[in-house]
Amino acid sequence: MAEKVEIPVQKWSGRVREVTLGATKEEGGTRTRSVTVGGEATLPFLHFEGELPHPPRIAIEIQDKKPEEWSPLLLKAWEEVIDDPAAWAKKAEERGADLILLRLSLDDAQGEENTPEKAKSTVRRVLAATGLPLLIFGPGQVDKDNELLVAVAEEAAGERVVLGVCEEKNYRTIVAAALAHGHLVDSRTPMDVNLAKQLIILIHDMGLPLDRILMDPSTGALGYGIEYGYSVMERLRLAALHGDTMTQQPILVTPGEEAWRAKEAKVEEGIPEAWGDWEERAIMWETMTATALIEAGADVMVMRHPESVRLVKEAIDKLWVKEG
Amino acid sequence: MALTGLDIYKLLPKTNCKECGYPTCLAFAMKLAAKQAELAACPYVTEEAKAQLAAAAVPPIRLVTIGRGERKVEVGNETVLFRHDKSFFHPPGLMVRVTDTQPIDVIEKRAREVADYSVEYVGLELRFDGLAVENASGEASAFASAVERVRETGLPLILISSDPGAMEAALAKSDGTSPLIYAADEENWEAMSELAKRHQAPLAVLASGLEPLVELVEKVRGAGVEDLVLDPGCRGFDDCLVTFTHIRRLALQKNFRPLGFPLIAFPGEGANSPEEEAILAGQHIAKYAGFVVMEDFDPALAYPLLTLRQNIYTDPREPIQVTPGIYEFGKPASDSPLLITTNFSITYFSVANEVEGSGIPSWLLVADSEGLSVLTGWAAGKFDADKIAKTVKSTGIEERVSHRKLTIPGAVAVLSGELEDELPGWEISVGPREAVDLPAYLKIWKP
Ligand code: B12
Ligand code: SF4
Repeated sequence: MAEKVEIPVQKWSGRVREVTLGATKEEGGTRTRSVTVGGEATLPFLHFEGELPHPPRIAIEIQDKKPEEWSPLLLKAWEEVIDDPAAWAKKAEERGADLILLRLSLDDAQGEENTPEKAKSTVRRVLAATGLPLLIFGPGQVDKDNELLVAVAEEAAGERVVLGVCEEKNYRTIVAAALAHGHLVDSRTPMDVNLAKQLIILIHDMGLPLDRILMDPSTGALGYGIEYGYSVMERLRLAALHGDTMTQQPILVTPGEEAWRAKEAKVEEGIPEAWGDWEERAIMWETMTATALIEAGADVMVMRHPESVRLVKEAIDKLWVKEG
Repeated sequence: MALTGLDIYKLLPKTNCKECGYPTCLAFAMKLAAKQAELAACPYVTEEAKAQLAAAAVPPIRLVTIGRGERKVEVGNETVLFRHDKSFFHPPGLMVRVTDTQPIDVIEKRAREVADYSVEYVGLELRFDGLAVENASGEASAFASAVERVRETGLPLILISSDPGAMEAALAKSDGTSPLIYAADEENWEAMSELAKRHQAPLAVLASGLEPLVELVEKVRGAGVEDLVLDPGCRGFDDCLVTFTHIRRLALQKNFRPLGFPLIAFPGEGANSPEEEAILAGQHIAKYAGFVVMEDFDPALAYPLLTLRQNIYTDPREPIQVTPGIYEFGKPASDSPLLITTNFSITYFSVANEVEGSGIPSWLLVADSEGLSVLTGWAAGKFDADKIAKTVKSTGIEERVSHRKLTIPGAVAVLSGELEDELPGWEISVGPREAVDLPAYLKIWKP
């Protein structure tokens, strides 16, 4: 009485766009290789159902100066290179990064204001130190972001850098800079399907082709709102597969930044015994935030600790086994 | 599949006699569909209709319980593939494995560790659920005595052996605790089914691949066992994601009964390190396991895993929140610090834990932000100057503190000007941005 089991296979009408980060010499830049993400024709890792041309990729986040407010564990992990973004980028590449995310600060190491000239020189040095594609995020203050990102966009002309972050209140200048110099942008909205779509539309309306936009729906860390980010990502990916064209962008999320802000990752003393070993727990906090998000559809994950990066890459490799 | 009001209406007498207490059969059917009425209220439904309604009411994934009493674990009865479609309801049971080849004191120590472990997260006690005892020795007596020892913890158990004789010996030592019998396979299913019936224990069914599994499930059900847990034999990241997805889809979308049972996973068998095991366990939590049996137990991995389970199984329709009002820490006096935050649980407990940990007696006002965090609440107009001023005035805090100094979260520093207008006579102090920095702030606080 053996029953034939008919495996349900969903027919999806849409698929995610492919977006290529970085440009090699032949493509007009200087990267040793470019990285393409997106292109999914089904849900994460369900190879049996549709084409999944590119695995999720990890960007390691570095800063233009020692990030004093970071967890001591992160400062320790990058100790020898933390004062030098070029050396840091190189080290990050050695530790398995697919991409480098450079975050610019408001001030330099001497406490003096960051300027377009200084930012350009940092970018020049980082580009020379690593062959990986670059993402460059501003300090997160509207005026300063605009000032610095416009300058670095010019400096990195032709490199297909991702400029970020574009938010509703501040995207025009950044998008214009990307348009002028052949770059991409990160479109960030606060955990809402419709807001994510709207900002993609606004950016596209300025003339930036859709294959130059990453969609960043925001996330919370494990224990601090990850469930909202997780579900918004699943909904966005389902909308994309159902053919909603303005949601068909590869997804970028920042589990590193979120997880390392949590007390569980930051603090060593005065915490409950049940939290266990600090370093192990902290690394797992970032790792599990990230692995939950790749199951929800993340294409690019920005992370901070080299050991979390190693663990997440291992998980991706194991999920990436294609069946016959 | 749940029936709609109209489907149910077709099965009713359609006489509108009103005896059920509703004006029409249709009105009654609608209430039934919404689960706000009981079928028994209508005296005239036919036996046939009753049977059909009962069949339709069977959940597509059976609810299975192991253990008894306070710490019993219920899994299954899920209704959606994605949590945003409604919610996930029964968090997977997290179990830790011991084997009967380990020295008895090692087994006992591990069992106690698991039983006693508890970690607080947003006011909830998160815990592991139980133990799995494996008959690695192949001997019935060693298995039985290991089970006897761990039974003392009172935790729900999974008994792992392919030998019905050993299983029988272990069941004799755990009678009355409803352990999960793992597992019936192609060889032993008849004897295992007998044991499951005799001891009223749920039974796991193990076969590699979906078709052999379905075949075996049918045999076991034919033998009269209905409380089943399935192991389709996958062990790794990719094969489990795919196989578990197939089974969940078949159960929910096709109402395919033979696979409508909770799934069991063994992440340690597909991993090379405790960290990898924890990551794979995380995948099982998000993607459809009913039981997750771990090899390793380490608080540094257990805490993130339990948190992930809590997050994934939080009802997305309702943010977890605390009751708004005045909260006191360490018997505050009238000149103790006064702080305000929102009633989103994660926010409240981040703040409350720090204030408590500082040891400095304080007042904490909790505004009704409808369960939103500080910035989300501010952006949504649920934690603005108006709401904060109203909270101060309506809670009666003005009678309990002698000073007029209110500390607001650093994240909403922009509100301070507006607040001073809304609360004449009050001084608004901007606190740190992150709660972790509150103890230092409270130490230097002056009225
Ligand atoms: C999860 C989340 C949501 C969830 C809601 C979660 C919830 N229940 O609140 C959802 C998806 C529903 C959501 C919705 C929206 N969100 Co939202 N969301 C977030 C997110 C990712 C995390 C928020 C969170 O939970 N943080 C964790 C808690 C614990 O933090 P917290 O409450 O601030 O508490 C900390 C501190 O403030 C401090 N603290 C707390 N109380 C006190 C008290 C004192 C005295 C002191 C000293 C300190 C202190 O301690 C805590 C730990 O350090 C943030 C972005 C981010 N990564 O932070 C955006 C964010 C808050 N959201 C934002 C917005 C705009 C919105 C929406 C308005 C978008 C929209 N238009 O739909 C909606 C509004 C909600 C609505 N209308 O229903 C913006 C706010 C912009 C701004 N700067 O004002 C943010 C910052 C994202 C962004 N960068 O744009 N959001
Ligand atoms: S009692 Fe039964 S037959 Fe009468 S109105 Fe109610 S549902 Fe209809």
